[in-house]
Amino acid sequence: MNLLQFDLSVLAISVVAGGLGSLLGLGGGIIIIPVLTLLFHIDIRYAIGASIVSVIATSSGAAAAYVRERMTNLRVAMVLELATSAGALTGAYLAGQLAVRWLYVIFGIVMGYSALMMFRKRHEALDEFAVHAPWADYLRLHSSYYDERAGREIFYRVARTRVGLMLMYVAGVVSGLLGIGSGALKVPAMDLAMRLPIKVSTATSNFMIGVTAAASAGVYFVRGDINPIIVAPVATGVLIGAVVGSRLLGRLHGTTIRLVFVAVLLWVSGEMLLKGLRG
Amino acid sequence: MNQRHTHQATSETTVEEKVRKVELLISNLLRFGVLASLVLIIGGTLLSLAHHSEYLTSGVSFQRFIEPTDAVPHSLAGLATGLKAFSGTAIAVLGILLLIATPVVRVGVSIFAFIYQRDRLYTLITATVFCLLLLSFALGKVE
Repeated sequence: MNLLQFDLSVLAISVVAGGLGSLLGLGGGIIIIPVLTLLFHIDIRYAIGASIVSVIATSSGAAAAYVRERMTNLRVAMVLELATSAGALTGAYLAGQLAVRWLYVIFGIVMGYSALMMFRKRHEALDEFAVHAPWADYLRLHSSYYDERAGREIFYRVARTRVGLMLMYVAGVVSGLLGIGSGALKVPAMDLAMRLPIKVSTATSNFMIGVTAAASAGVYFVRGDINPIIVAPVATGVLIGAVVGSRLLGRLHGTTIRLVFVAVLLWVSGEMLLKGLRG
Repeated sequence: MNQRHTHQATSETTVEEKVRKVELLISNLLRFGVLASLVLIIGGTLLSLAHHSEYLTSGVSFQRFIEPTDAVPHSLAGLATGLKAFSGTAIAVLGILLLIATPVVRVGVSIFAFIYQRDRLYTLITATVFCLLLLSFALGKVE
C-alpha cells in the first residue's frame, strides 16, 4: 500500500468515526484505534496518539454547531468538568498501583447496566418542572435548546447534580486509569442521573471529552506519539464527519440517538469484559 | 438625541442577549480555529506529498514512516526549525497543535465571557477548571 491509498482509506473511515462520535458524545477512539492497529498494522503508540487527536477533532468540529444551537449546556459542562479533571488527576496518580484487570470487568458491567437502563428510558417523557433540585437551582443549570426535529424550544430541568458530580469524578478516574474515552460513562450519567435531554447529554459530553483530551495531548506530542503522517488523514476525516454529524443531531429523533448509543455502549461493555476476563 | 437613544438601547441589553452574543462569538472562534487547522493540515500534507513523490508509488518508503522513528517533530524548537525550512510535515504538525489548542482556548475564552456577563460564580468555576487543565498538562510533562 502506498501513502495515497492509506490516506484515502483512513480519511473515509475517519469521516464515519467523526460523525458517529459527534452524534453520540464519544471520542472516535473506539473506531480509530482498532482500525489503525488491526487493519493498517500501525504501532499502538501512534494509534493512541491519533485517537487523542480524533477526540479533540470530534469535539471541536461539532462544537461550533452545538454552541450556536445551545445544544451544549456550558454551565453543566464546566461544573462537571471540575469533577472530571479532578478524577483524571487521581486516575493518573493511581495508575500502576491498582490491578487494572478487575476495573475492566467492573466497568464492563457498569456500562452494560447503563445501556440497559438507558434502553428502558426510551419512552419516558421529560418532566419539565417536577424535579426538586436545590443544587441545580443554585448553579442555574436548568436551560433550554432549540430542537429542530420537534420544531420548538425544549425546556428542561437538571436533577441530582451531586450524584452527577460523583459519577463524573469516577468517569475521570477510570479514563485516567484505563485510558478509555470517558464519554461512554458521561452520557449515561447525564441521561440517567441528571435527566438531561439525550441530545444535550451527547453534545455536552462532546465538549467535555475534547477539553480533557486536549489536556493530555501535550504529553503525547512531547513523547513523539503524534505522527503527522497518520494523524493528518484521521484529523481531516474526523473533522469533516463531526461537522456533518453535528448538523444532523438537531434533525434526528432523540430516541434514534438513544438506541444507537445503547448499541455502541453494549459493544464497548462487551469489549471491556473480554479484556478483563482474558487478563 | 440620537446618541442618547443608542445609549439607552445598550443599557437595556438583557443578560440573555449578552449570553447569546458570547455564544455566537465562541461559535465563530471555534469555526475559525477548526478551519485554520484543517487548511494547515491538508496544505502541509499535500506539500510533503509533492516533495516526496516516492511515497505515492512505493509502499516500502511509506511503511518506513509509520514505524516508530524520531523523525517526527515533537518539540516546539524542532517544529520551528521545520517551519523555517517550509517543511510540509512541520506545517501539518502546526495545524494539529492548533487543533489541540482549540478546546483549551475555548475554556479560556469562557472565563472572559463569564466576566463579561458579571457572573462571579461561573468565572470562578471556569477559572478553576482552566487551572486543573494546566496542572494535568504540567504533571503529564514531568512523567
